[in-house]
Amino acid sequence: MSERDFDGLARIEQVTGLGMISVRGTLTDAGFQAAVVAATGVSVPDRGTVSTGAGRTVAWMSSDEILVVCAEADAKGIVDALNAGLAGTHHMVTDVSDARAVFRISGGAARDVLAKVCPVDLRPNMFKAGQFRRTRMAQVACAFWAEDETAFSLIGFRSVQDYIWDVLTTVASRDAPVDHFAS
Amino acid sequence: MSTRLSQGGRLIDRSAQQGFSFNGKRLKGYAGDTLASALLANDQMLMGRSFKYHRPRGVIASGAEEPNALMNLGAEGKFEPNARATTTPLFDGLEAASQNHFPSLEFDVGALNTHLSRFLPAGFYYKMFIHPRPFWKHIYEPFIRQSAGLGKAPKARDVDTYEHFYAFCDVLIIGGGIAGLQAAKVAADAGLEVMLVEQDPHWGGRAPVDGTGIDGKPAQDWIDTTVAALGDMPNVTLRARCMGAGVYDHGYVLCYERLTDHAPKAAGPRHRLWRVRAKQVVTATGAIERPLSFAGNDIPGVMLAGAVRDYVVNYGVSIGDRTVVVTNNDDAYRTAIALKEAGLEVPAIIDARTGGAGALGDQAKALGIRVETGKAIAKVKGGKRVTGVGICAQAGEGSILEEIACDCVTMSGGWSPVVHLWSHCGGKLIWDDALAMFRPDGDRAPTSHDGNPFVITAGAANGALSDVLADATAQAAEVVSRCGGKTDAAAPTEANTAENAIEPIWLMPQGAAHKLRSKSWLDFQNDVKVSDVQLAAQEGFESVEHAKRYTTLGMATDQGKTSNINGLAILSKELGVDIPQVGTTTFRPPYTPISMGAIAGEARHEIFQPLRKTPMHDWHDANGAHWEPVGHWRRPYCFLRGDETPEKAVHREVLNTREKLGLLDASTLGKIIVKGPDAGKFLDMMYTNMMSNLKPGRCRYGLMCSENGFLSDDGVVARISDDTWLCHTTSGGADRIHAHMEEWLQTEWWDWKVYTANVTEQYAQVAVVGPNARKVLEKLGGMDVSADALSFMGWADGTIGGFDVRVYRISFSGELSYEIAVPANQGRAFWDALLEAGEEFGVMPYGTEALHIMRAEKGFIMIGDETDGTVIPQDLNLHWAISKKKDDFLGKRAQMRSHMADPNRWKLVGLETTDGSVLPDGAYAVGEGTNANGQRNMIGRVTSTYHSPTLGKGIAMGLVHHGPDRMGEVLDFPRVDGTVVKAKIVDPVFYDKEGAKQNV
Repeated sequence: MSERDFDGLARIEQVTGLGMISVRGTLTDAGFQAAVVAATGVSVPDRGTVSTGAGRTVAWMSSDEILVVCAEADAKGIVDALNAGLAGTHHMVTDVSDARAVFRISGGAARDVLAKVCPVDLRPNMFKAGQFRRTRMAQVACAFWAEDETAFSLIGFRSVQDYIWDVLTTVASRDAPVDHFAS
Repeated sequence: MSTRLSQGGRLIDRSAQQGFSFNGKRLKGYAGDTLASALLANDQMLMGRSFKYHRPRGVIASGAEEPNALMNLGAEGKFEPNARATTTPLFDGLEAASQNHFPSLEFDVGALNTHLSRFLPAGFYYKMFIHPRPFWKHIYEPFIRQSAGLGKAPKARDVDTYEHFYAFCDVLIIGGGIAGLQAAKVAADAGLEVMLVEQDPHWGGRAPVDGTGIDGKPAQDWIDTTVAALGDMPNVTLRARCMGAGVYDHGYVLCYERLTDHAPKAAGPRHRLWRVRAKQVVTATGAIERPLSFAGNDIPGVMLAGAVRDYVVNYGVSIGDRTVVVTNNDDAYRTAIALKEAGLEVPAIIDARTGGAGALGDQAKALGIRVETGKAIAKVKGGKRVTGVGICAQAGEGSILEEIACDCVTMSGGWSPVVHLWSHCGGKLIWDDALAMFRPDGDRAPTSHDGNPFVITAGAANGALSDVLADATAQAAEVVSRCGGKTDAAAPTEANTAENAIEPIWLMPQGAAHKLRSKSWLDFQNDVKVSDVQLAAQEGFESVEHAKRYTTLGMATDQGKTSNINGLAILSKELGVDIPQVGTTTFRPPYTPISMGAIAGEARHEIFQPLRKTPMHDWHDANGAHWEPVGHWRRPYCFLRGDETPEKAVHREVLNTREKLGLLDASTLGKIIVKGPDAGKFLDMMYTNMMSNLKPGRCRYGLMCSENGFLSDDGVVARISDDTWLCHTTSGGADRIHAHMEEWLQTEWWDWKVYTANVTEQYAQVAVVGPNARKVLEKLGGMDVSADALSFMGWADGTIGGFDVRVYRISFSGELSYEIAVPANQGRAFWDALLEAGEEFGVMPYGTEALHIMRAEKGFIMIGDETDGTVIPQDLNLHWAISKKKDDFLGKRAQMRSHMADPNRWKLVGLETTDGSVLPDGAYAVGEGTNANGQRNMIGRVTSTYHSPTLGKGIAMGLVHHGPDRMGEVLDFPRVDGTVVKAKIVDPVFYDKEGAKQNV
């Protein structure tokens, strides 16, 4: 579902209806990995990447944290499954669905739009589909991953969702092409 | 007079006329002109007034180094001061005005200063304005401020937009002259990702003007071919009108792209600031010509030789019919030849070298130009423009041998490599005696994180004034190898004319008397002359950095691009040391000024700063919220009804909450989950009181201190389960406290099994407060909120009105109070449900000020009011919240230091004015006697002060020396107006001391 959309240098959409679960634990532990696969159907991603499948995305947040992105309705079930699967180990599963806002940036100039506000090496040979980065967007924290060559999902905090929207739609103005990343 | 020639001008389009105005006068130029070339084409030689003496000044250069031709551009929201005419592209409708004159450019009262220059020597301001002392503040400073500054500050809001762009590449090449182009080609052919930026709109730099031949053809052919080839390569980014502004650590470079300065009506951002990370940086920034120091070298019509050549060749503009060339090197002969070829007269070339020039000299003579060697200019004649020159022997003291009538004097003191970007990040220079220049020392390059060099310099910027392409090829090959690549690229053949050596000439004539030296300008913009630098040296300013500040040499908006080398050469001569011993001043970014807008980027108007909004923000906005910033949040200070004042609204909100029912949006309150087998142990370290023994289902108020013992944050901690706690922080403290926890966990107690999560934004939180609080919750129904089921300082999960809630029975107001958390996405609906259900119970939302007043009535402290980073919990009589049982907690050891345990520390008390008025915020209580500075002794200060609507009088809290021991004593609090308020020391709990109202 998309709450609002904008067409400029890139298409910007705010995506709603997503559930998000923060999971902390020992990522290298076989039991942890098995619990994540059992609860989400997706494996624990490598550093700096996402793994996807069954309409779900699992993102590598840090050496002891992953983020599960799923349908909103699935969140509670996954939280319970993770807690059950990780019982007896040191872990933390937190439903953060309501704490976040998700945006999709797509189109030929999506990389140009992101590169105006994120200090990330977005050269297509450096940031490929499936890669994930925690960084900042203008003045706020964010994380994003490349779904494919020209589409990105960006997660920010809900309190600044209007700021993120305003910044993205400002820098994606058709009047401000950069044509830096050939598409 | 200066004029447009009937032919020539490789950069202008004579079919595209552009109208513009200068000081209100309508003028015409062509597309491709700069403002400077267009003004010269209209015989507008006089372009400004100098800073100190208000001397008439014309343009001397043709590029970024120009010190004189500074303009106010545009009007209103497009106004910009201090724009260099030489780098301002002309466009139709451009409005320019000259600066620093009164009443007009032609007739300026301030020019009287030039006749007073004897009395305005170097350091004049320091010497003159130091005595008598009080005069500085009241007389001198206001006067100097009024006369200081060249351009006007813009008054209107900038209507343009700006943006940033983050780019990454293997090699960033700064400068798109032939050196930069060749370096780019070599690096790109080797497969590297290359970005090439050029400050001008066109590529190729000076080569086409200087008549360089490449591969047997004119330079322009090679430039066009190379630019086209680079443009076709997918691994190359070309950006013209984009200046390398600064080189920083680890290959970080700022580039300043001027997108629409040449077409201000075009849509889109005006400037874009490129924030580039490059593995290697090549500075191919060329060289800047130096003026020669002779008397009258600042009169309009005296210009740099290369610039005069530029104006003729690039813009078809002649400065005058008769041009005298004065030089110490061969390059200036090119100007004489170019002028002659354009059909203009060159009465003489004055060459200070006894040996004269090489092949170029022969060429000039063959064209019939008179060449005088071993000669110098004694003085330039003219006022607002040149009328002639007096010639003398360079070896002499300035006796005039001959006067030559002319309209233009073009000078060359040699070329200085543009080493700025090389130097920004620590690249060192060496003095090259043979070439009379500072050039980059390739062995002492700026180094990156790995200790290896990351900047290299190519072409003229590297001191290679000839054989530019060979140098660029060699430097590019080194860059390729540093990036792990290979190249066997060969340099194209460059046709160079053999030149005779330059002879350093720092003063002309060498024995010039004071009278001549005091008219020989070094820094044109700041009016620093040869005599000023000499005086500074005589007065003991031996360090170049000191002499710079004393004389203001190189401190103007051009940062001494044309003056620094000449100035330090004079200084070295005066000090009797070699030039390298004097050294250069520091080169700092940006290379030339960049716009403030470019630095701000997209951050303006609505997105100047992120604004954090709670889930109920829109409701507040639509219902009279009077906003107050709390961190990046906006919180309602109060909700205005009708034409109510904020004061009245706050009053109403407090009374309604105390008597009926208030709602507070407490969503901003920080919420951090702490979980793990060691979570209890961890929280016992973070808080001053014990958290590990809190029972699940219960809440406890806790204090957090820094390791220095000072109170840092407070809040209610709830134990959720055996291994999980939820810590509330202050609204502004959530991120900071989360980071504080993580820092200790990651750096000190990395082996403790604890995870934290900042879930502040996952929940909307509403404080339901007042005698009717339970009634409204019971009406909505779903869970038992009775005193028996949910007692004071307990919490419970359940549903209320169909919402999934967690209810905390905590009170910051002293009333019956429930703080209820719901998932943020349901926050607004829950808020609406409470308002609707609360209607019959007299519900009203309240803001932060009512919250503050109610907590102050109860004597509750507020982080940031009662604390300021120097206050410890003991100062606030919070001993009860400091565990005696724990071995350790953050701040414990610090609080045992002698000064922390000192009974003389000021302590918290309540304060009540004797007349019922409100104490001024931050007011000090004064005691007997005075301190060492003759000020009244202070014995306390106000930390919070309000009018209490509940009690109908002013109440306050403050920190007072021996306060708790002085109950009932009346203290004096002087007001700013000199009157005194008297206030009695009382218990800080003004309302419901026994807590009966909250515990029902």
